[in-house]
Amino acid sequence: MKAANNHYDIVIVGGGVVGCAIARELSKYKINIAVLEKEADVGWGISCRNSGVIHAGFNYKPGTLRAELCLEGNKSFAKLCQELDVPYKKIGKVVVAQKKEEIGGLKKLKSQGEKNRVEGLQIINSIELKKLEPNVKGIAALYSPKTAITSPYLLTIALAENALRNGVSFFLNTEVKNIAKLRNSNFKINTNKGKFTSSYVINSAGLYSDKVAHMVEKNKYRIHPCRGEYHILDKNVSWLINHLIYPVPQTGAGGLGVHLTPTIDGNILIGPSDKYIKRKDNLSITSSVMKMLSAEAREFSPLISPGYVIRSYSGIRAKQAPSSEGGYWDFVIEESDKISNFINLIGIESPGLTAAQPIAKRVVEIINIKERLNSNPNFNPFRKGILRFEEQDEKTKKALIKQNSDYGEIVCRCEKVTKKEILEAINNPLRARSLISIKYRTRAMMGRCQGGYCLPRIIEILRENFNLAPREITLKGNNSYLLVGYRSNKESESCKKKKLLSLAEGLLV
Amino acid sequence: MQEKEVIIIGGGAAGLAAAVACEQKGIKNVLIIERGNYLGGILQQCIHDGFGLEKFNTSLAGPEYAQRYIDQVKEKEIPFLLNSMVVSLTPQKEVTVINNNGYTHYQAKVIILAMGCRERTRGAIGIPGARPSGIYTAGVAQELINLKNYMVGEKIVVLGSGDIGLIMARRLSLEGAEVIMVAEKLPYSSGLPRNINQCLYDFDIPLLLSHTVVDIKGNGRLSEVTIAQLGKRGGIIPQGRRKIACDTLLLSVGLIPENELSREAGIVLDNITGGPQVDERGQTSIPGIFACGNVLQVHDIVDNVSLEAEYILEGVAEYLKGKLTKEQEINVELGEGLRYVVPQRLISRKDTIFSFRVNQPGRKKILLFEEGRRLIKKKSLRRVNPAEMVRIKLSSREVEGIKTLKVRLV
Repeated sequence: MKAANNHYDIVIVGGGVVGCAIARELSKYKINIAVLEKEADVGWGISCRNSGVIHAGFNYKPGTLRAELCLEGNKSFAKLCQELDVPYKKIGKVVVAQKKEEIGGLKKLKSQGEKNRVEGLQIINSIELKKLEPNVKGIAALYSPKTAITSPYLLTIALAENALRNGVSFFLNTEVKNIAKLRNSNFKINTNKGKFTSSYVINSAGLYSDKVAHMVEKNKYRIHPCRGEYHILDKNVSWLINHLIYPVPQTGAGGLGVHLTPTIDGNILIGPSDKYIKRKDNLSITSSVMKMLSAEAREFSPLISPGYVIRSYSGIRAKQAPSSEGGYWDFVIEESDKISNFINLIGIESPGLTAAQPIAKRVVEIINIKERLNSNPNFNPFRKGILRFEEQDEKTKKALIKQNSDYGEIVCRCEKVTKKEILEAINNPLRARSLISIKYRTRAMMGRCQGGYCLPRIIEILRENFNLAPREITLKGNNSYLLVGYRSNKESESCKKKKLLSLAEGLLV
Repeated sequence: MQEKEVIIIGGGAAGLAAAVACEQKGIKNVLIIERGNYLGGILQQCIHDGFGLEKFNTSLAGPEYAQRYIDQVKEKEIPFLLNSMVVSLTPQKEVTVINNNGYTHYQAKVIILAMGCRERTRGAIGIPGARPSGIYTAGVAQELINLKNYMVGEKIVVLGSGDIGLIMARRLSLEGAEVIMVAEKLPYSSGLPRNINQCLYDFDIPLLLSHTVVDIKGNGRLSEVTIAQLGKRGGIIPQGRRKIACDTLLLSVGLIPENELSREAGIVLDNITGGPQVDERGQTSIPGIFACGNVLQVHDIVDNVSLEAEYILEGVAEYLKGKLTKEQEINVELGEGLRYVVPQRLISRKDTIFSFRVNQPGRKKILLFEEGRRLIKKKSLRRVNPAEMVRIKLSSREVEGIKTLKVRLV
């Protein structure tokens, strides 16, 4: 609910998966909450650009927050996804040893996992591995049945939509410039979209959480961006693997090593690499890493050919550990000791997706101790996503088309996304209308032709529905316009031509 | 389940020509299924001329060329569905279609695959760098400009010298954009010589051979690309790098036959052409499923697509009469100098048109058809170019009784 004078009880800076999970968790109480997100949609920083893995929790040092919250998150994830209508599949994971020397590493992982109370871990031999993964080479493996996959972007969107429904206000394209503590102990938050005030600030700004912390308290934290590049493989080779396939992790590395991840939609991801970079917004892909990823994937399975790659992209980890040290530091989830009511979430890298909800619960605890929040009797934990036509059985599909003929128009041929789904996506409750927002919500443009067929049609649908000027249609908000204008200024001419060209009346057969 | 004699999947150049040819062969109960909202396919966005020189002896624009066939389809009342997507094709020739009216199943005696091709994307060729807006495949830009009346950019670099890229370089220049260059990775162009002359040289657009894009910059919209020169072995020459400020990168880096349905049906594909492996009548590995046009092999000119569609109709008619019989099947063996040959196998010994592409440009070459050491036919070619498909006919007399067949270029 929109507050008077832009004053909120709590302002959350950053609409990633953690910020959105906190917003939803807080919406269980009677308070005014705002989420400020600098991008044109939620989750575009770190949350949408990872492997989408729900970790079991054997990779983390016992006794750390990462271990504890990961375990908690893994246990409650299926329920969360069920409430929010987000896909979830417990497919299991194998950590594969290629050489004898690596078997020690598997045993170490297993005993660490057992200390963390991860269930079902098993070391399997090459024959058992072959049964699980006929196309993967390896001499032994650690099998983890509790590891699962989800869609990181659909989860972030779902958390945000559910929070919105339960009264949280979302401000997209809203970048925090500075924060000051006022004499009345409120915070004043200046943004590119005007001023907000609040009693609490929650800093879940991900890659920029150090910068936001710095606005009230000098140089307390430092985030080092560490980029990971990925390849996405065509769906028609999804048969290659059944589980998540990981290498034995190397100590001191910034990530878990290049792995193979089946995505919830049937693609396979290869990656991520790990390279510390200077700029936090440098999402470039590089030819050397692209080659390396293909080579490493072939170490697992020689059947993986670079020709299967339909797209490459990168994500950036928000690491506290500097490059000189590598490895992982534990999550920071704490109220600033100098500035009361300012809560920092720092260095939430992997397993941040798995742990998002437990992290949110910790934040609520911190506030609850101080405030004794009243619960919101109207809180509704359920949210419905966009129904995916392609995933329905034939009977349902027929009924859907009968109900609404927009289901009968397939706009994206690769992913078989219908016009109805596109319409639902562009009318999403967060009002995010860039092409990437539509893509994440529907999978349109995500297939092997990468929008070659559906892009012009989606542009048309957007314009039909929102009366946008050509330049107002963007790939990802801000300056990412797709069209510079009309070909000529006379639009009527074009309409005439369109009429000539279109032969709309098909013969009835 | 509705029953059809012939179902043609795709209402573009190949599908239309196949439909008209069906009518000419006296085949009734034909259905064209088209996913777009008009017939003619990609031809409708090709508003430049140069179509029909071979077929109609005159230079037509794409929509005019298409219209000649559309008029015949309408005149002969050949049924077609628009806005209708084939979502499944089975080896038993059952076709499932989705459109606004619902979900329809058809059973056909013959299927003609005429789905055309799609463009290779940035993702498929792995261009490094940032991911801003302003990167289009040439065909998408063509549709946006010619059919939707939008302008995609102002300062343009084209990567790849495929024909659509060349044509779009000219098109964008005519619309007032500045086309800075066309960069081609290979030491020769993959477009037709006439297009290089008419689309680039006539407009003073430089063509940089052995050059590619090695970096892309831009936070929102594309702001800069880095072009690098490639050495003889394809490695980047460091001195040959330069940055070019631009807002649009057009890609014309290859076409891929659209065979998702074919694959689903279990049709055997050729790794090089990307299309189904066919016999001399365009029949795929599944009897009664035929393919023609760009879904079979990417053509340079549409006239050949139409001719191919008419040509395979001989086989379709024979099949429907139960006369397309397998005498003795032999594989056409591919020798040196050639990238591919279509058809990949012969099942009878009739007049057959073979299509080839060569590996690299050359002069004074000889194409040889051989049965073991016996020369069946030879053909001198003054100039060969991978961009130009070679089509050669062997007569039934020439292939009579052969047990093996090898083709090579020397």
